[in-house]
Amino acid sequence: MIKEGIRDGIPIGLGYFSVSFSFGILAVSGGFEWWEALLISMANLTSAGQYAGITVMAAAGGLVEMAVSQFVINLRYALMSLSLSQRADKKFKGIYRLILGFGITDEIFAVAMNTGKEIKRSYFFGLIIVPYIGWAMGTLAGAVCGNILSSVICDALGIALYGMFIAIIVPAAKKNKAVLFVVAVSVALSCMLYYIPVFDRISSGFAIIICAVIASALGAALFPGREAD
Amino acid sequence: MDSYEFMLYLGVMAGVTYLVRVIPFVLVKNKIENKYIKSFLGYIPYAVLAAMTIPGVFYSTRYFLSALCGFVTAVVLAYFGKSLITVALSASVMVFLSGIVIDCF
Repeated sequence: MIKEGIRDGIPIGLGYFSVSFSFGILAVSGGFEWWEALLISMANLTSAGQYAGITVMAAAGGLVEMAVSQFVINLRYALMSLSLSQRADKKFKGIYRLILGFGITDEIFAVAMNTGKEIKRSYFFGLIIVPYIGWAMGTLAGAVCGNILSSVICDALGIALYGMFIAIIVPAAKKNKAVLFVVAVSVALSCMLYYIPVFDRISSGFAIIICAVIASALGAALFPGREAD
Repeated sequence: MDSYEFMLYLGVMAGVTYLVRVIPFVLVKNKIENKYIKSFLGYIPYAVLAAMTIPGVFYSTRYFLSALCGFVTAVVLAYFGKSLITVALSASVMVFLSGIVIDCF
């Protein structure tokens, strides 16, 4: 089973390498050391959360702001973790959940659920390995190359992370009008907070939280039960 | 930021992320039934990513114009269902090329 997991994890790992490369570049250009970028990736294994995390750190935001932003941004993992708990097989429990739960990401979750049967702990362990290595090594490569590569190339790769966000948002919004509504509200709020001078004092970490909570709450109130159409 | 401060931030960041992932996995045995909570949780990822992308993406490169080109490229390719890597790398290539063109003027 572990081999099957590793096999299924390879494409995720390749994708993670290129995206975390972009994260490494962003971190170094934001004033972080290469080893700091690497540690962040090895300890968190999450794109949006890490991005928000370095934003909070770079702005010298508070620890509460850090905790709340990570909680809100990564809240989706709680949902995935819930779904996984329904599909994990009998042996996949206790200490195994404590350890392997660390590896829950959007892509790993999607692939694990896609197998269509009970999820074995050995399969899930195998599935995590390559993406984890890809995520860490990509960050390292990006952070180191960020110092070497010409600024023109770094500049171009810096947009890759946003490209990945767009690749997740657009197909979902195309398929589901409720998601489209939530995205539109969130974007409108985000632009408001960014461009209207009165809101200058709100840090970017909290801005993300405010936008996400208002837009999602509005979506849940107006379109309950439509999130997975 | 010194190393001590960094470790403090990192600890909070990694700790919260880990707990959010693991607590429901370990503790929850039953499905959530409340449809409003389920929907709220379901919409969160899209709302987060949208707020992080716009307007941030437009200031992620040297020129607003090249970022705009990269953004449009990503949206169009994503709309037609291209894979994550294709979308991310195509946006990068477009930023690279348009950046060179802008440099020429």
